[in-house]
Amino acid sequence: MARKRLVLKFPQRLVEQPVVCRLVKKFDLEFNILKAHVTPRQEGLLVLELSGENGSCVDAEEYLKSLGVVVQPLSKDIVRDESRCTHCGVCVGLCPAGALRIDEESRRVLFNEEDCIACELCIGACPVRAMQLNL
Amino acid sequence: MPKTISEINERIRKRQAVVVTAEEIIDIVDEKGIDAAAKEVDVVTTGTFGPMCSSGAYFNIGHSKPRIKLGGGHVRLNAVPAYAGFAAVDLYVGATAIPDDDPRNKVFPGEFSYGGGHVIQDLVGGKDIVLEATAYGTDCYPRKRLRTLISIRDLNEAVLFNPRNVYQNYNIAVNLSDKVIYTYMGALKPNLGNANYCSAGQLSPLLNDPHYKTIGIGTRMFLGGGVGYVAWQGTQHNPTVKRKPNGVPEAPAGTLALIGDLKGMSPDWLVGTSFRGYGVTLTVGVGIPIPILDETICKFTSVRDEELSAKIVDYSNAYPNCIPETLGEATYKQLKSGKITVNGKEVTTAPLSSYPRAREIASTLKDWIRKGDFLLSEPVAPIPGAESGLTFKPLKERPVEEQ
Repeated sequence: MARKRLVLKFPQRLVEQPVVCRLVKKFDLEFNILKAHVTPRQEGLLVLELSGENGSCVDAEEYLKSLGVVVQPLSKDIVRDESRCTHCGVCVGLCPAGALRIDEESRRVLFNEEDCIACELCIGACPVRAMQLNL
Repeated sequence: MPKTISEINERIRKRQAVVVTAEEIIDIVDEKGIDAAAKEVDVVTTGTFGPMCSSGAYFNIGHSKPRIKLGGGHVRLNAVPAYAGFAAVDLYVGATAIPDDDPRNKVFPGEFSYGGGHVIQDLVGGKDIVLEATAYGTDCYPRKRLRTLISIRDLNEAVLFNPRNVYQNYNIAVNLSDKVIYTYMGALKPNLGNANYCSAGQLSPLLNDPHYKTIGIGTRMFLGGGVGYVAWQGTQHNPTVKRKPNGVPEAPAGTLALIGDLKGMSPDWLVGTSFRGYGVTLTVGVGIPIPILDETICKFTSVRDEELSAKIVDYSNAYPNCIPETLGEATYKQLKSGKITVNGKEVTTAPLSSYPRAREIASTLKDWIRKGDFLLSEPVAPIPGAESGLTFKPLKERPVEEQ
């Protein structure tokens, strides 16, 4: 079983097409929508978690790209500037995915990018602006 | 036989002083007992690194040619207003000052991305700052405008002077309303969505000397990465707060006003900070050494997180409206576990004050003392304790009569 989190950017012409439905039918994938947004310029942004057979996620990605969807892995989207982070812990209380948590021993804030769903709550909450969106 | 600071300093000079942090003393007392620990240990170092709004710095920029009198004029540092109500070239910049054109909370919650706290961090870090000033001009100070780059190297004095730091035992903040609120304790989610606390707990300076027996005016310490001193009690100092049997106040109590040479400090330990919807502040690193003069003082420093508790306060209604009721207490051990129970509900907790950085401060101060680079100072006057009867008063508004 493979699990992948992807950030999909849909051009205007694709916004009204049932692309995600096809991922399920063609590639036998389960999906979880983490974020969905249509921009003022009528482009679509979807953050999806896909799970299915190992090869299927890769094939699904290729299919999306062939349609003209811009595909990015999610883990690259939020980054922490280690030189700014003071390990205060404010972000930990707000992270809905448990990607930011405090290490019991060192009391340092650990950031697990794989669990991050890019909700961006930490970005505004970080008092020293250490969390940044990587576009 | 009680020790004196003089004797301890002698041992420090000879590099024979036994120095431990406020965490290490807990284990030593557990292992050997108070009496043996008090005999063996000379100094316990404490530390904290948290946002402290009543902070700022004053400087003397030196005279221009021809001279300008900034006092009574208007001065901005990187567009942040500084206070110019002193002599010709003396200025003070406060941590929470923000530029005139900062949108504040017009589009709520405001970002407050740059202000006094950031100016101080930039200055300490050696960066160039734009100073712009207008003055009304006098015969002896004829100049009316000044626009120049300054850096900390160019300044005569650059002094960190914080009217209120190291609040003894701050609140735990929660939100009982049904909307998110933005406070100096961070963003608080509705319906007890989260609980934020701000203290270094068992490492915290004033929780290790709760009655201010050793910390007084003139106490030398680690401040902002350099050396600082206690200048006075801090504003809102409230020693008469109810205390637990171990002497630790149950609610916010003592505070200290701190002073030190900014030129010896570091941008790692004076960090400009932004709280969305609230404003700008400065995160300050403070570490105070406690001389172990007798068993009583030793006992106070061995206090641990499970023996320290803070009050849970609703910041949606009770706090803004000065309603004294609280939702109970939680210990720092419970807070650090990640969850506490409030009104029967399990609430996620988060700190605002960095515990790993507090550890680093206590450890750094320990090194300074062990190497003989840092002597303890004898306070020249005490900070008022509970016996003084000093109480923090609210504002009593009185109408202003029209003439």
